[in-house]
Amino acid sequence: MAGNNPTSTEYIQHHLQNMTFGLHPEHGLGLAHSAQEAQEMGFWAIHLDTMGWSIGLGILFLWLFRMVAKSATTGVPSGLQNFVEMMVEFVDNSVRETFHGKSKLIAPLSLTIFCWIFLMNLMDLVPVDFLPMLAQKIGAWFGADPAHVYFKVVPTTDVNATLGMSLAVFALIIFYSIREKGFSGFIAELTLHPFNASNPFVQALLIPANFLLEAVTLLAKPVSLALRLFGNLYAGELIFILIAMIGLWQLPLHFAWATFHLLIITLQAFIFMMLTIVYLSMATEKH
Amino acid sequence: MNLNLTLIGQAIAFAVFVWFCMKFVWPPVMQALQERQKKIADGLDAASRATRDLELAQEQAAEQLKESKEQAAQIIEQAHKRANQMIEEARDNARLEGERMIESARGEIEQETQRAKEELRTQVATLAIQGAERILDSSIDEAKHRELVDKLAAEL
Repeated sequence: MAGNNPTSTEYIQHHLQNMTFGLHPEHGLGLAHSAQEAQEMGFWAIHLDTMGWSIGLGILFLWLFRMVAKSATTGVPSGLQNFVEMMVEFVDNSVRETFHGKSKLIAPLSLTIFCWIFLMNLMDLVPVDFLPMLAQKIGAWFGADPAHVYFKVVPTTDVNATLGMSLAVFALIIFYSIREKGFSGFIAELTLHPFNASNPFVQALLIPANFLLEAVTLLAKPVSLALRLFGNLYAGELIFILIAMIGLWQLPLHFAWATFHLLIITLQAFIFMMLTIVYLSMATEKH
Repeated sequence: MNLNLTLIGQAIAFAVFVWFCMKFVWPPVMQALQERQKKIADGLDAASRATRDLELAQEQAAEQLKESKEQAAQIIEQAHKRANQMIEEARDNARLEGERMIESARGEIEQETQRAKEELRTQVATLAIQGAERILDSSIDEAKHRELVDKLAAEL
């Protein structure tokens, strides 16, 4: 909450604003002091909170797993190794069931997606005011106006984060398509489906229609992947914020929603992983 | 909620994480899992082999036991036979010995009897002569009558 008792709208807007760092046309290089300023910074700005939390959580995940991987024994596994092996086997099985090609990348990619997204989603369960308040206190200590210190804790409620990941997956889809089918095969797939004619002249006429349909199909993949995760988490976060505004009753409600949300965050991480595997296996399979 | 550089930053971070995971996390864990799998498979194999060995050994032991039992029975039977034979032999020996002893005793008795007869004979002769002497009041020619009495004694 900001210093001078914000209205509900201001409170919600404050919570949904990222800490944006960039070059403002008037104020120069620095943090945005409002949503307006963040907007004016345009594309060449960066969300420090999203980047910080996502990279921190990614490093946490890799550090944890790397620690286990280094000391992995073939004997009877103990606590943490058990957990890591369980995750690895779970992901490995999911990949094996869906992806039939041979690739050294898919399984670790899926593991990273699942664990990383799960950890980022998990930040949603930290009470919504807790970390932003802390950030405001620290900001105030550095002499900033607390009302203008924005801090969004859950990276997956930032569409940049989810779209960034899905675009990376999209790049992999294209890479795998071209690697498996060749560049011409990839183009053929885009233009010679779903309408097909034996007459070359008719086929030439059908190419634009095919290309339109296939391009939409192809582009829908990363967009839906990103927006599904973003939408679910954004909505969940919004409900947490709304619950946080109703006073004493927020405690049981928060608990109930957190319990339910636990299901959503796991499911969304799993869906992102599964769809990535499915898209990549579609990219490698010939029709 | 505006798209900005975070998008690219996130994509790069994602790529780096995936690369790290692929390079340093996945292979050792997978290797450990596979090695353990192999170990377990080997262990199960060894266990089944050991079970089979045990069964075989048990079978062998039972067979050996049966064999030795048979052998023992055979030995006992032989011993019995031998004992019977020995008893039989001993009995035969004893009988022969007995017979021999009886025979020799009989011979001795005969001899004794013979000697007793001889002695008796001489004594009878002497007594007869003494009697006769008393009767005839010693006037008889001893040499003459002696022959007669001896003849008599021989007829006895």
